[in-house]
Amino acid sequence: MIIEALLGVTFLAALIVFVAPDAYAGKLAAALSALPILGSLWMWAAYDATGNALLGGDIAFETDFVWLTVGGLDFHWFVGVDGISLPLVVLTAVLTTLAIVSAWTPISERQSQFYGLVLLMEANLLGVFTALDFFAWFVFWEAVLVPMYFLIGVWGGPNRRYAAIKFFVYTNIASLVMFIGFIALVFGLGDSVSSLRLPEIAQALRAGELAGFAGLDAATLKTVAFVAVFLGFAVKVPIAPLHTWLPDAHVEAPTPVSVLLAGVLLKMGTYALLRFNFTMMPDVATALVVPIAGIAVISVIYGAMLALAQEDLKRIVAYSSVSSMGYVILGLVAYTTYGVGGATFQMIAHGLISGLMFMAVGVIYNTTHTRMVGDMSGIADRMPVTAGIFVAGAFGYMGLPLMAGFAGEFFIFKGSFASTVHSAMPVFTAAAMFGIVIVAGYLLFAMQRTLFGPFSFDGEYDVTTAPFHDVAPLAVLLLLTIVLGVAPDLFFGMIQEAVNPILSGGGL
Amino acid sequence: MTLALQAETVAAWTALAPAILLGLTGLVLLGVDTLWPADEPSNALLAGIAAAGSLLSFAVTGWFLVAGTGQTRTGGEIALYGDALVVDGVSLFFTLIFTVVTAMVTVAAYDYLDDHSHRAEFYSLTLFAATGMALMATANSLATVFISLELASLPSYALVAFLKTDRGSVEAGLKYFLIGAVSSAVLVFGISLVYAVTGSLVLGDVASAIGNPEMAGVLGLGILMILGGFAFKTASVPFHFWAPEAYEGAPAPISAFLSSASKAAGFAVAFRVFVQAFPLEAVPAGVDWVVAFQVLAVVTMTLGNFAAATQENVKRMLAYSSIGHAGYALIGLAALTAGGPNGDVLGASMAHLLVYGFMNTGAFLFIALVEHWGVGRTFEDYNGLASTAPIAAVAMTVFMFSLAGLPPFGGFLSKYILFYSAIEAGFWWLAAVGAVNSALSLFYYSRVVKAMWIETPVADFEIETRPVGLYAAVLFAGVGTLLLLPGFGPVIETAQTVAATLF
Repeated sequence: MIIEALLGVTFLAALIVFVAPDAYAGKLAAALSALPILGSLWMWAAYDATGNALLGGDIAFETDFVWLTVGGLDFHWFVGVDGISLPLVVLTAVLTTLAIVSAWTPISERQSQFYGLVLLMEANLLGVFTALDFFAWFVFWEAVLVPMYFLIGVWGGPNRRYAAIKFFVYTNIASLVMFIGFIALVFGLGDSVSSLRLPEIAQALRAGELAGFAGLDAATLKTVAFVAVFLGFAVKVPIAPLHTWLPDAHVEAPTPVSVLLAGVLLKMGTYALLRFNFTMMPDVATALVVPIAGIAVISVIYGAMLALAQEDLKRIVAYSSVSSMGYVILGLVAYTTYGVGGATFQMIAHGLISGLMFMAVGVIYNTTHTRMVGDMSGIADRMPVTAGIFVAGAFGYMGLPLMAGFAGEFFIFKGSFASTVHSAMPVFTAAAMFGIVIVAGYLLFAMQRTLFGPFSFDGEYDVTTAPFHDVAPLAVLLLLTIVLGVAPDLFFGMIQEAVNPILSGGGL
Repeated sequence: MTLALQAETVAAWTALAPAILLGLTGLVLLGVDTLWPADEPSNALLAGIAAAGSLLSFAVTGWFLVAGTGQTRTGGEIALYGDALVVDGVSLFFTLIFTVVTAMVTVAAYDYLDDHSHRAEFYSLTLFAATGMALMATANSLATVFISLELASLPSYALVAFLKTDRGSVEAGLKYFLIGAVSSAVLVFGISLVYAVTGSLVLGDVASAIGNPEMAGVLGLGILMILGGFAFKTASVPFHFWAPEAYEGAPAPISAFLSSASKAAGFAVAFRVFVQAFPLEAVPAGVDWVVAFQVLAVVTMTLGNFAAATQENVKRMLAYSSIGHAGYALIGLAALTAGGPNGDVLGASMAHLLVYGFMNTGAFLFIALVEHWGVGRTFEDYNGLASTAPIAAVAMTVFMFSLAGLPPFGGFLSKYILFYSAIEAGFWWLAAVGAVNSALSLFYYSRVVKAMWIETPVADFEIETRPVGLYAAVLFAGVGTLLLLPGFGPVIETAQTVAATLF
């Protein structure tokens, strides 16, 4: 029942904050959002399960009962976590609280609604990572969009309406494509599944129970469905060329929303890819390894190149997310314990580091009211602590050893070099590694121009030290990045235990 | 006849209690109005009687449904008056929709009618129309079908034209009346043709006499004309022209009433007539009404959606969206197969109409609320409403997203199960058309949400009052829409179980 309690408390917190007066909505939201952190940390401490939740392993904190029955197919309320989802639950809880604190400075209008929506989104994100029934999962998955749409559309920058609608339309159409693909699979499975529980569907698919549907034979249906589901999630990740909503959304969204968008919402896409495509249909994934690894490498390089061409600090970080997510896809398709495990670890690491980067850009923006690289230089002179953390975070992004980013990328490269799914995997890996060089290039270049050198600033604002509550979340994120970099086993152990069952059987 | 039979008749008659209660409430309203010493009885008293009557009827219907009246587990349907009326699970399920919508509409009308006269007439006409709908759901003979349909329609014409001094309202009433009269004529002509072929008006007897191949052409024409009559009542293409005008011109609570309850009543009677009088197993080859419903469903949902997308007026947009939803509900008849497990898809359609009853009524009542405040009717006029009336705006957001079929709300589940049942019945293309339409509909529904929350107001407006009745009705509908997501299990199970008994 701990998961229900976690969801219930978060939903309740959202409701309370939504009707609270603006004057202390931010503080109240931060205080209430500490409850999910405590809950998720308790879950992490008490976690003793092994194996993959979808493939017959233990499911921790499980509840399962029938919600409704339609045409012989049961819809369940079925939640639980395993080594893949638990780290994401912890990440969501921690990052939400930090995002709320970082919103105290920039958000000045309709505060109670803002914080209420952030908490509502957290509740649904927790639902996405804990639901193990397709239907319940899909409800949460779509429910995340609604608060996000408002958060961008109401509190965003000048072009917020366009960005909000674009985000909503892109991700919704993607969901529809995914939904149709997945439901076609369920129909293809016919009587071999009696419910929409993901473990049941995953095991039936891996056992080859799929029959034809709507005139397609089993193999074609599986490929078509794989592609449909993959495309649906690829928009969320996002993978080039389906990424164009991301920079718009990031640039228009207020900083705390960008933090959650990059830190957690993108992980929904990679998490779902791992759970659905790569866990349920490894045979199709390995058959399509060349195109998948190909677009992974293209995302890495193209995303990094786009970042290199930007003048807006936030756009730089936004495009670099596209690049980082490319690594995750590469790790997933490698089908080795380090590849898939590293990809999962990278989801956490990237969540922390990209959150840190967006927040640091936001803190600078709070005083300068500009994010253009050309408008400022020597910021380190006036904001030494923020600049210091910014630099440290950027090095984390570049993969400095002993920081979480290094561990994630190292695991992925180690895994994908050793991959046996295709003889060209080392080539893909080598190509993707060039991404690191470009990342280092654009981050160093941007930092050199904005943070260092003699102080100069074109705007009319006073550039002063950031308030404590702006810097504190940055420091916490930096600390967590270093902790995970030094001791990746805090999560990597349970991730590997959950990943290993994926790598055997199922036509691999 | 023997005494025993009479005793049984006395007991059986009580099964009509929901319809009788609605009718009595209407009469009580007229009585109070006539006997009231002062000029006009107080609005609160009238609204209270109307709401109490419909809620009582709702409670009785719910009790019957739970207790199993007229359902298989207590001995099957209760036939009355020489099989002219029949009370079974389907009729009770539909009556549940009518009564809850009537209750919401009368509560909301309390504020809407604040500065109007002839309030007692308004409430009693609404109750009489509801009585007609409850009878439509129980009609088991083509004669009672026609009479109850007229009983539901005639008060509706008057209600649409209720704002006598408003040109739009009067024009809408006239248009509704004219098209309604023509459709009634078409329907009754169709009934006479069917009678000519089968020699009976009782649905069961029609079904057993229908296999006469010599008269198949006449029968087919008759069925097609009956279908036209129902298409009018459910506002399906090509008999939908009255709907946008009537819904836009009518007082907003009446638009809610017509587009939710009246539409559901049309479906109630269409489901029973087509399934029981013209069973697919029995109709002669060539009289394939399922194909007609397939065409109707696809055209109705597509046209409704595309027309809704081009509107600038929110009420008119909702009117077209209501046509689109009629298209979804038609899947219930369009996905039937001879001998197939038809109960599932028909039940899913019924469950969708129930959810629709909440979300669509709520949406129109929100419009009533906005009209009450004197805000304009276009999307632009709605700009920034959320900052002045956040709670009502949250409810409207729930209705819009639920109508669009976004997952966190009741409308998603009912649509999903409807499409799912259609696929199960082998009509995956019908489900695909529905799904695509449903995705497109998000465009125009989200425009309302965007206007309310994201746009900045064009003109300053002050909201002086927070009308209790309208707020209560809107919030009730909102809570209902939300609760129908987790609580959908019993609804769909009941609907599919009772629908299966029709076959």
